[in-house]
Amino acid sequence: MIAIIDYKAGNLTSVERAVRKLGYPCKVTNKAGDIKNAERIIFPGVGAAGQAMADLKALGLDNLIREAFLGGKPILGICLGTQIILEYSEENDTTCLGLVPGRVRLFPQPLMEGDTRLKIPHMGWNRMKIVRPHPVFSGVEAGSEFYFVHSYYPVPVDDSYIVGLTGYGLEFASAVAYKNLVALQCHPEKSGRVGLKVLDNFCRWDGYAQ
Amino acid sequence: MLSKRIIPCLDVRAGRTTKGIQFKDNIDIGDPVEMARHYYEEGADEIVFYDITASSDKRDIMIDVVRRVAEEIFIPFSVGGGIRTVEDMRAVLLAGAEKVSVNTAAIQNPSIIPEGAKAFGSQCIVLGMDVKKVEKSAKIPSGYEMVIHGGRTYMGIDALWWAKEAENLGAGEICLNSIDADGTQDGYELTLTSLISEAVNIPVIASGGAGNPEHLYDVLSAGNADAALIASMVHYGYYRIKDIKSYLSEKGVKVRLNW
Repeated sequence: MIAIIDYKAGNLTSVERAVRKLGYPCKVTNKAGDIKNAERIIFPGVGAAGQAMADLKALGLDNLIREAFLGGKPILGICLGTQIILEYSEENDTTCLGLVPGRVRLFPQPLMEGDTRLKIPHMGWNRMKIVRPHPVFSGVEAGSEFYFVHSYYPVPVDDSYIVGLTGYGLEFASAVAYKNLVALQCHPEKSGRVGLKVLDNFCRWDGYAQ
Repeated sequence: MLSKRIIPCLDVRAGRTTKGIQFKDNIDIGDPVEMARHYYEEGADEIVFYDITASSDKRDIMIDVVRRVAEEIFIPFSVGGGIRTVEDMRAVLLAGAEKVSVNTAAIQNPSIIPEGAKAFGSQCIVLGMDVKKVEKSAKIPSGYEMVIHGGRTYMGIDALWWAKEAENLGAGEICLNSIDADGTQDGYELTLTSLISEAVNIPVIASGGAGNPEHLYDVLSAGNADAALIASMVHYGYYRIKDIKSYLSEKGVKVRLNW
C-alpha cells in the first residue's frame, strides 16, 4: 500500500486519483500505523511552508516521515512536500524536515527573461531537462514538460542531488533525488501522460538510486 | 520559459456541453466528460468548464461531471459559473478541479476573492471577466466596461481598474472574455487583451473570438496573452489541438508539443 500523507495541505485527491488510475492501492492518511506499514510514501502539498510544518508537527507526522526515510522506504515529495523535505524555507522563515540538505528560496523580483518580466507564481507548463539518469525518470523523453505552480524553489546544497533542471528567469532544481527519496517541484499528477509515467516509475521503484 | 497554454472551453448545461453565440441559442454538442478526455488526449494544456445551468438545484449534476472528469484527465482544469461562496468553491475543488473561476459573484461581492485565496491559495482563484467596448468616459477611462448577464447588463465598472483590483484582492489568474468577439470566430480582441495583460502581473487567458490558428498566434504574441481559450473551432472539428500547436510552434510560439 502507498500512503499519501494527509496534513490538510490540499491537492491530495488528485494525487490519489492518479495513483489509483495507475492501478496501485493507496490511502490518504495521517495515521501512524498506515505510514509505518506502507511500502512507500507520497508527500504532496499545496499551501504555505509555515502552516504545513505546524500541521505536520501537530499531527506527529514529522517524526514518522523522518523514520520512514531513515528506514529506506521510497518517498516522493511533490511541490510543497518537496520544499518541506529540505532543511529550511524562506517562506514564513520555516525550519523544515531536513531530509535533504538544502534550502528553499523565493523567486527574486523582478524576475527577467531577456526583456520580459516574468510573472510569479511560476504557473503552467515548463520543460524539465534531465541532468542525470534516475529510475523514477526512466522513459521520460527529453524536452518533456511538466505542470508547475509555485513561488519558491528548492536549492539542494549539492548539485549532485539534482535530477531535473527547469528554467524560469533562473535555472532551478525541479527534480531532486537523494538516497531513497525523490522530490519534484512540479505536479506529476497534473502533468498528463509524462507525469503519470513518473508516478508509475515511483510506484515500482525499490528506493535505490540506480 | 513557460509554454503558452491552449485551453478548450466547455459550456455545460445540466450535464451536457452546449455552444451558443454571444450567450444565446445554445445547442447540445456532447458529453463533457467524453469531450474532456478527447481534448486531454489531443494535447490540451488545461480545460475550462463553464456551468451555465440556469437553476441552482441542478448544481449537483455539475459536481458529478467534475468528479468524473477528474478521474479521466490528469491536467489542470477549472470550473466557473454559479460559484458564489467559499463553500461553492470548496465543493468544486474537492470534486477534483484545480481552479475555480468567479465572475458575477466577484463583482457583486469582491470579498469572495480574498476569502477564496486565503482558503485555497491564489493559484486556485481565477477571475472571469466579461467585457464590452464602450465610449471612453470619466467613469470608464479605458473604454472597456464590465458586463454581466451575457452582456445585457452594464456594471459601470472599468475593466482595467477591475483587473488590477482583483489582482490586489488575491486573484491568481484572469480569464478575459470579450463579449463583442465571443462566438464571432473573427479573432480575439487584441487591444483589450494586451491592455489587461500588460497592466497585471498574473496570467491572462484570452477568450472570445477564436476561429483559426492565426487568431491564437495573434493573441499569444501581439495580444500578450499567457493562454488562449478555444471552443467552436475544435468542438465542431474544424481544427485539432495538435495541428494548432504545430502551427504556433512553427511561428515561434513556445507550446507544449510532447504529451
